[in-house]
Amino acid sequence: MKSDTIHSEVPRRSAPPVRASAAGHLQAWLPKLVLAPSVVISLCFVYGFMLWTFILSLTDSRMLPSYDFVGFAQYARLMNNERWWVAATNLGIFGALFVGCCLVLGAGLAILLDQRIRREGVLRTLYLYPMALSFIVTGVVWKWLLNPGLGIQAMVRGWGFESFTFDWLVDPDMAVYTLVIAAVWQASGFVMALFLAGLRGIDDSILKAAQLDGASLPRVYWRVVMPCLRPVVFSAVMILSHIAIKSFDLVVALTGGGPGYSSDLPATFMYAHAFSRSQIGMGSASAILMLGGVLAILVPYLYSELRSRRHG
Amino acid sequence: MSALEIDNVCKDFGTTRVLEEVSLAIDSGEFLILVGPSGCGKSTLMNAIAGLEPVTSGRILVGGDDITWRTPAERDIAMVFQSYALYPSMTVHGNIAFGLEMRKVPRVEREAAVERVADLLQISHLLNRKPAQLSGGQRQRVAMGRALAREPQIYLFDEPLSNLDAKLRVEMRTEIKKLHQRLGTTIVYVTHDQIEAMTLADSIAVMRDGRILQLGSPDEVYNNPADMFVAGFMGSPSMNFIEARLDGEPGAYRLHIATDGEAELTLPWPASRETPALAEHVGRTLTLGLRPEHFAEEDARLGDRAEGTPLSARVSVVEPTGADILLRLPLGDTEITARVGPDCRVAPGERLGLRVDMRRAVLFDAETEARLA
Ligand SMILES: Nc1ncnc2c1ncn2[C@@H]1O[C@H](COP(=O)(O)OP(=O)(O)O)[C@@H](O)[C@H]1O
Ligand SMILES: [Mg+2]
Repeated sequence: MKSDTIHSEVPRRSAPPVRASAAGHLQAWLPKLVLAPSVVISLCFVYGFMLWTFILSLTDSRMLPSYDFVGFAQYARLMNNERWWVAATNLGIFGALFVGCCLVLGAGLAILLDQRIRREGVLRTLYLYPMALSFIVTGVVWKWLLNPGLGIQAMVRGWGFESFTFDWLVDPDMAVYTLVIAAVWQASGFVMALFLAGLRGIDDSILKAAQLDGASLPRVYWRVVMPCLRPVVFSAVMILSHIAIKSFDLVVALTGGGPGYSSDLPATFMYAHAFSRSQIGMGSASAILMLGGVLAILVPYLYSELRSRRHG
Repeated sequence: MSALEIDNVCKDFGTTRVLEEVSLAIDSGEFLILVGPSGCGKSTLMNAIAGLEPVTSGRILVGGDDITWRTPAERDIAMVFQSYALYPSMTVHGNIAFGLEMRKVPRVEREAAVERVADLLQISHLLNRKPAQLSGGQRQRVAMGRALAREPQIYLFDEPLSNLDAKLRVEMRTEIKKLHQRLGTTIVYVTHDQIEAMTLADSIAVMRDGRILQLGSPDEVYNNPADMFVAGFMGSPSMNFIEARLDGEPGAYRLHIATDGEAELTLPWPASRETPALAEHVGRTLTLGLRPEHFAEEDARLGDRAEGTPLSARVSVVEPTGADILLRLPLGDTEITARVGPDCRVAPGERLGLRVDMRRAVLFDAETEARLA
């Protein structure tokens, strides 16, 4: 609605009434012409391939795409596949812990940084740096750190604590938590930056007023500041949860889905089935379920964003 | 015993001194106004009183208790901010009740306090709204309500009306004055608006560069300014400063104002306003301070009975304000402003005869800006 009025008003106001036709037409069409290739490309490669994946998920494709439709049989197979359920459960654990830890850590760091401490710029950059790394790098770094024979466990044992054990990376029950550690390390600085920007947007005198009203510092933050940061929390949850659902590179670099398939996530499950285990049909079905997951998060978000913007 | 006493307070931010040995005391129920140009340290002083900024040295006493090192929560002080500082996520009711809740006032009393304050400020119909749904004036009322609900010993107002439009500002000014008269609260109020200062204050402290230049009643500060800065700051349009050479002897001092092209203007200094300091300044150029209302149009009907010293000048600008007329006239090498009655018929370029009330004039040292007489 808003963009409509802008489009129709701007040329009218800026173009002179004489010779309006030629120049005006060009001005009106130029943005569309420039945007056209990217629209075509995204239509074809994003939405086109989504559609193709959906079609494939309804077929009995194995190593190569086939077009023998089998209805929702692939989805049924998926539901009976133990490895899929491991991946889905892992996603639940990983997603919840990742989002939760990032929010708590990010908010905590931001509040601490907001106390007008010295060297804030340096610290902020330091915390933000991990976000600049690719998940592959993070994965490799943590793979070394968590390697029982070389990393933290070996170091602490070297200090003389011979019985110290920290071997989550090779423990099938705990491997998924190593993913959480690495991902939180990478993303919490970013969440901190989001919160810090939100905190900086809050009028200083509100904090002063709350102090004069007799609220202790934790209460000032809990009762007055955090409620103001609800939009920040919301955006952070959205961004983090779709990072969680899409997590692939981190798993590949850190655990490779192992030991066994104990730390598989849906993305690695999908990759394994579609490209290395000749199960294109089932891989596509799992991809479509992941897309459904992302949409289930994104649609309410976009809806509420758009609605709040329209209401001013 | 003073309700609030500030004793030699200094405040440094890093190496810059923002408050320089500020001392003042106010009685219970008194309305003190801090005025001064932007950046002179008014807010810093308020924050120091509230405990939001630690002082570098000095003491702050409330009702005789030294509270210099208490936290804001431990001081019984409420503050109204220029930006209102309402809690955005709470309703008006929540905003007003928050301070009581934090001080563990029982629910029943809390509700009663909110109701009382809402009635007092006529905001009962707004209690369920969020601050974002209020107009500027309504937010201002809620901010005052939040302070009033707690019934603290001292209220601090930091430029509470500067974000309102002119009409609302005048209304709220009257309302604050009424509230003060009704509740007898002790108030320290910061403003840079000298009309607000004159109308509201029991006493005014004029600040500049972290110092209090003068502390006195509005009448004292206006008619008996301590120095040229106070004289120029208070009053609108502000006081005219005219360079004048002093000569004569005690009992018969005269001021000579050089006027280009015309005869020198001589004004006798009234004997009743002489001070011993004048004797040392004979022959020197001083600054004569005359307020616009110290001038009056020459009234031909009065003839010799007219009071004041006659003076004539060519009018350069005529500015009718409705209630009266402001005239701009060149005098010496400055242009002065005179306030005359609304029926003065004079056009720009004409000469006008005026009378100056020299008994209300003030004299300053031109260099140190200190008051001489
Ligand atoms: N937190 C601070 N750090 C450094 N300087 C400050 C700080 N707060 C205020 N100042 C300085 O102190 C001076 C007085 O500020 P302030 O009390 O806000 O003035 P006013 O309220 O009279 O306009 C200003 O020069 C300002 O730059
Ligand atoms: Mg200020």
